[in-house]
Amino acid sequence: MTQAQLAQGTSPLLAVHDVSVVFGGIIALNGVSFDMHKGQILGLIGPNGAGKTTLFNCLSRLYQPSSGDILMEGASILSRPPHRIAEIGIGRTFQNVALFPNLSVMDNVRVGAHSKTSSDIISDSLRLAWVRRSESSVNEKVHEILAYLKLEDVAHTVVSGLPFGTQKRVELARALAADPKILLLDEPAGGLNHEEVYVLGDLIRRIRDDRHMTVLLVEHHMGLVMSIADHVVALNFGKKLAEGTPAQVQADPDVIKAYLGSKDQ
Amino acid sequence: MSTAEDVVTEAPAIEAVPKRAMTLGTGTSVVVLLLLLAVPLFAKNFIIFQLTQLLYLGLAVLALNILTGGSGQFSLGQSAFYAVGAYVTAVMMEAFNINYVLCLPIAGVLCFGFGFLFGQPALRLSGVYLALATFALATAMPQLLKLNFLEHWTGGVQGLVVTKPDAPFGLPMSQDMWLYYFTLAIVLAIYIFSVNLLRSRSGRAFMAIRDNEIAASAMGVNVALYKTLAFGVSAGITGVAGGLSAIAVQFVAPDSFTITLSIQLFLGMVVGGVGWLPGSIVGAAFIIFVPNIAEGISKGLSGAVFGVLLFFVIYLVPHGARQVAIMGQQLVGRLKKN
Repeated sequence: MTQAQLAQGTSPLLAVHDVSVVFGGIIALNGVSFDMHKGQILGLIGPNGAGKTTLFNCLSRLYQPSSGDILMEGASILSRPPHRIAEIGIGRTFQNVALFPNLSVMDNVRVGAHSKTSSDIISDSLRLAWVRRSESSVNEKVHEILAYLKLEDVAHTVVSGLPFGTQKRVELARALAADPKILLLDEPAGGLNHEEVYVLGDLIRRIRDDRHMTVLLVEHHMGLVMSIADHVVALNFGKKLAEGTPAQVQADPDVIKAYLGSKDQ
Repeated sequence: MSTAEDVVTEAPAIEAVPKRAMTLGTGTSVVVLLLLLAVPLFAKNFIIFQLTQLLYLGLAVLALNILTGGSGQFSLGQSAFYAVGAYVTAVMMEAFNINYVLCLPIAGVLCFGFGFLFGQPALRLSGVYLALATFALATAMPQLLKLNFLEHWTGGVQGLVVTKPDAPFGLPMSQDMWLYYFTLAIVLAIYIFSVNLLRSRSGRAFMAIRDNEIAASAMGVNVALYKTLAFGVSAGITGVAGGLSAIAVQFVAPDSFTITLSIQLFLGMVVGGVGWLPGSIVGAAFIIFVPNIAEGISKGLSGAVFGVLLFFVIYLVPHGARQVAIMGQQLVGRLKKN
């Protein structure tokens, strides 16, 4: 919290500026703006269809906004193809877990370091000295992350056979392997039980503090968002409803109406 | 808040093996290598020729394995790359008198380029649609080789006879035996490079694309680049295999490179185990020897017998030679325990 407050005065790490997305005649996002500051955990909430995932997909460049801009450290990301987002320090996880099911845990996490390394097919085929050096530094990094997330026991297991909760941790490990500045988490609590959600909350906070990351948390689970986010943005029908501290947003009459419906309905 | 629980749906598109299980153990490798080195010393020239055939067809199956088992892309167009490799080698040897040792890398590089370029339009296709597009390539190739304006070099419908090279440095070896060891050296080198490649950052990128394109892209993998690279690598290796076949068979003709060859290679890959590189040689053995066995059982119904044998293999060991190897390993493990 203190970190986030200190950073408030400086320029934002990520700025979403007046972003609109239109699919055919449907307005999925309508002029949404907010800033993310270094060290923050920003919670993005809203009922189903509010535009959370659309916004998320704009950030990972799967969708192109119809208007508006998204700036990472002052530079627009909108001209970058999806595979060139990781290299500027934006890492992500997926809503339904999108691992590489036939690869081991270790290899999944190694792929996470792809954007941090370079190679070409000829050097790789010949296993040149510089390739071996780069591989061993990747392995070191991967082992450190696996230890951090307590995944060492399953390092060589193929991920498709692992329990869902473990797979989610592997996905987090894979995202961490690129040392992102911003971690985008798409509904990390989905499919977890009550206890696991609180463990996850602790973990996200720990990652932010230990690894100096900024986290964008898109989440349905209100309890999780309210307990770990520094700042909350609420969306509904593609528009920003409210923004502020968890307490402010929770007390906002528009947010309450969006979630519970108004009396006269 | 109660929301619908996320349902995990997993659809492993293609059966694949984890990286550690991609190769043979050191002990097995040494035994296989010694066998490959020693057998020709005790065999007749015809058998040696068949073993050479086994090696270069195994190489072509390995190339398809990198493409399908590695990057998850189907191809029924391998015969086209194989034909280009064979023709480039044959034409360079006969029309331009270039040494066969130099012809093979040139054929490989040209086929890499051809495969890489073909991979560009193929980027928009996947699964059965990609199989169809590559099928079109395989169907077109024999006729392209018969074109009139190329006839001066290719010999048109007649094909082209290739001179068999002698053993160099006055080595006391028959031509067949020399060609066998020459082929073995090239195939081994490419096998080692391929294993290295699939174990590297590039190979992981291939497999990441095979398993989940969107996630691979989010990790910074340039999906289009690696897909076309996989096509290029596969085509390049297939081209070298084709070149070796031209030298070994001493003849190239358009109708040796029809879609049937592509289907045989595909069959070899499945029988050997998709994604398991050592299986390539087993797959090649299947496509060379099983038709002969079928003919031995019944001359008139050899096709039907082959079909039945193939059916049994697919039914009993759907993951091919790789599955047999795993079962063997488990058996040895159990015996050791007792």
